Amino acid sequence: MAHGPAKGISRWLFTTNHKDIGTMYLWFSFAMFLLGGVFALVIRAELFEPGMQIVEPEFFNQMTTMHGLVMVFGAVMPAFVGLANWMVPMMIGAPDMALPRMNNWSFWILPFAFAMLASTLLMEGGAPNFGWTFYAPLSTTYAPPSVTFFIFAVHIMGASSIMGAINIVATILNMRAPGMTLMKMPLFVWTWLITAYLLIAVMPVLAGVVTMMLMDIHFGTSFFDAAGGGDPVLFQHVFWFFGHPEVYIMILPAFGVVSAIIPTFARKPLFGYASMVYATASIAFLSFIVWAHHMFTVGMPVAGELFFMYATMLIAVPTGVKVFNWVTTMFKGSMTFETPMLFSVAFVILFTIGGFSGLMLAIAPADFQYHDTYFVVAHFHYVLVPGAIFSITAGVYYWLPKWCGRMYNETMGKTHFWMAFLGLNLTFFPMHFVGLAGMPRRIPDYALQFADFNMIASIGAFLFGAAQIMFLFNVIATIRAGKPATDEVWEEPDGLEWTVPSPAPYHTFAVPPEVK
Amino acid sequence: MLNTVGRLLGCLLATAGASAFSAQATADEVQRWGVNMPQGVTPVSREIYGLHMDIFWWCVAIGVVVFGVMFYTMIVHRKANGAKAANFHESTALEILWTLVPFAILIVMAIPATKTLLNIYDTKEADMDILITGYQWKWKYEYMGDDVSFFSNLSTSRDEIEGRAPKGPNYLLEVDEPLVIPVKKKVRFLITAADVIHAWWVPDLAVKKDAIPGFMNESWAYVEEPGVYRGQCAELCGKDHGFMPIVVEALPQADYDAWIANKKQEAEKLKALTEKTFEFDELYALGETRYATSCAACHGSAGEGGVGPAIKGSAIATGAMAGHLDIVVNGSSTNPMMAAFGAQLSEVDIAAVVTFQRNAYGNNMGDSVQPIDVLKFKQQAQ
Repeated sequence: MAHGPAKGISRWLFTTNHKDIGTMYLWFSFAMFLLGGVFALVIRAELFEPGMQIVEPEFFNQMTTMHGLVMVFGAVMPAFVGLANWMVPMMIGAPDMALPRMNNWSFWILPFAFAMLASTLLMEGGAPNFGWTFYAPLSTTYAPPSVTFFIFAVHIMGASSIMGAINIVATILNMRAPGMTLMKMPLFVWTWLITAYLLIAVMPVLAGVVTMMLMDIHFGTSFFDAAGGGDPVLFQHVFWFFGHPEVYIMILPAFGVVSAIIPTFARKPLFGYASMVYATASIAFLSFIVWAHHMFTVGMPVAGELFFMYATMLIAVPTGVKVFNWVTTMFKGSMTFETPMLFSVAFVILFTIGGFSGLMLAIAPADFQYHDTYFVVAHFHYVLVPGAIFSITAGVYYWLPKWCGRMYNETMGKTHFWMAFLGLNLTFFPMHFVGLAGMPRRIPDYALQFADFNMIASIGAFLFGAAQIMFLFNVIATIRAGKPATDEVWEEPDGLEWTVPSPAPYHTFAVPPEVK
Repeated sequence: MLNTVGRLLGCLLATAGASAFSAQATADEVQRWGVNMPQGVTPVSREIYGLHMDIFWWCVAIGVVVFGVMFYTMIVHRKANGAKAANFHESTALEILWTLVPFAILIVMAIPATKTLLNIYDTKEADMDILITGYQWKWKYEYMGDDVSFFSNLSTSRDEIEGRAPKGPNYLLEVDEPLVIPVKKKVRFLITAADVIHAWWVPDLAVKKDAIPGFMNESWAYVEEPGVYRGQCAELCGKDHGFMPIVVEALPQADYDAWIANKKQEAEKLKALTEKTFEFDELYALGETRYATSCAACHGSAGEGGVGPAIKGSAIATGAMAGHLDIVVNGSSTNPMMAAFGAQLSEVDIAAVVTFQRNAYGNNMGDSVQPIDVLKFKQQAQ
């Protein structure tokens, strides 16, 4: 039964192997990360100094929109699915994913979705220009014709995510090795199980809201048009009912990754495993009842404002539990700081800073000043870049030796880290300041008092971009000519993935391991 | 397509060689390196500032403890320092402690936040009402009960924006006609929009409210000190979202009364003007200024087109007068981007801008239209 990979391109086109599919997901997401990064650099180049220099306002709006969409749906989400594909079966002692053919399909529709999305840049009227949150009626009555392609692309991405999520749930619930009870699963598996349920719950809502847009644009309905009896605010409620769980979809697996890495490099078991599981589940639950904190300024009744303010503040509690557990895991450990650990430590610190600004944003009256300013941009980039991106990067460095059987270059890894760390903070920390001082987000030009911090942010952004090229180079050099890695790779790391040879054979756990 | 690719390449290369006139030209007059929210000039804005600082210091305190422990352990508990790993990994007491302590802090924060919020939502018993309507890309202010209304447009020149002239100290934060309100009065703002969602935001007033087409939002401000307060649209509303500032001028009551009386007179005069017969040159000159504020954003500052079609050589502007009036007064039936300007501009302005468009940029139609004809056209349409 066991056989190697097929030869040539058909290996990748027709594969049902979780490792091959995981690899494709990861490379695809990295390509999208670079594309979304180029869009970001166009934005930062235009904002380098006041005045319009490089692009037209119209094109600037296309860049902010495409940057958000590509990063969220093209870079972060597929990267985590890639990590799940590689690691979930190996962590629970399963031979492969439960639904391997669907796995192939859920990957292969993605490149088509993003090719379609990217092609809108070349269309008459330009790409979507209404922000990644695509508020109606800017995205319906006033949208460029390419919006229909955007809607179709979102439908495909949603289908891909739902299939990926179903596959992960089916795998985790049905294919654990004997003795691998739920409460023995590595936290990465737990966080992905919960994330998968979030995806199944909210991706149909996203599909619903874009379908309502489609109906409004082409079939004469008025869901979001007051003139026809609809309500533009309805759009925001439906969108954020998807959108808020979505941001946790992008962060919960990150919690899982660092919960695997910190114990390894602290040489100490994860502190408070059970409370981590419960905290993750609480965050997932809360994510469904806080959506309107994105809409404090739409003019909700005061009772609604209060409910969403209190519920949002509550999120700080389980999130705090997680941070305290990571710090206590490190406490009295025997720590070393290889590249994955550096990224994980930076994750804890910077994600906490993002959490602080989140707590500030939860205070509804104060949000009236913060809302739609660069303070919000700083906040969500602090949770997404050191949150999602750093954890993915940490995971890649941590597991790459297992995937390809070769060790990455530590010096280059650390250089990558420090460049990214410096670039990220230079880019996003000043955004707190300009936001508080009054700079709205999504503007192509700004008043003179914001000039200095914007210039710093732009320099930081290019540094961060350069760091990613270094990452790409390091990964390719490792795969081609890294030093052979041992089976354990690290010092007594915990987990089934370290019990198989490096590189992991094409088929692992054909005979299930016994978990004690 | 080539255009797009060219732009992308341009961006990557051009950062270093960006424009000649930099911000420094007038930097002395600008409050640079600002890092915090303004305290503002209303009781509410000061309350919000207080909440903002309270929650900020809580975050700092928590940060000092968490990061303190973290850096201590990262420095001391290193393998390189010979640290041996302990093996503890559970403590129910700790878990309960660090669930309850943050919860208590949140309650301490929630109480004043709730009070402030209830205060902000109390829009009753206002001294005066102003209807604010967001348009792509300008604001309209109507003084309810006073029969005064006007549009407020960005007044920063294209030359400043495109780097052909030095930028003034209020670059992008200046308008042709500011909103004027009296100090020490509870002014209620009724906020809506004509096309897409906008958001009316003035940081010093701590008012930010979405302007939603078809719906009416309420907010209010009690400004204590006379002064000029500047803000911007805060909700992405299309191409010129970054170019629709808000300027509020708060005046002592007596000055405000004089101002509003003057505005009323102006409105009367404008009505009378509708009856007047204008010379071609008068219409053309007025039309040129109106074109710049109302048309140029989409149709190009030289009529060359942009987001909207070109005026130069346009079939409508060189076609029948009725068709030209129709699209200006009633908007386009096929393209929602072309708004109905009948509700936005006076008869005089419409007559002027139509006359201008038919004769400028080489259109040379040689005809003109009088305000009274525009009025008749409007009445017919009804």
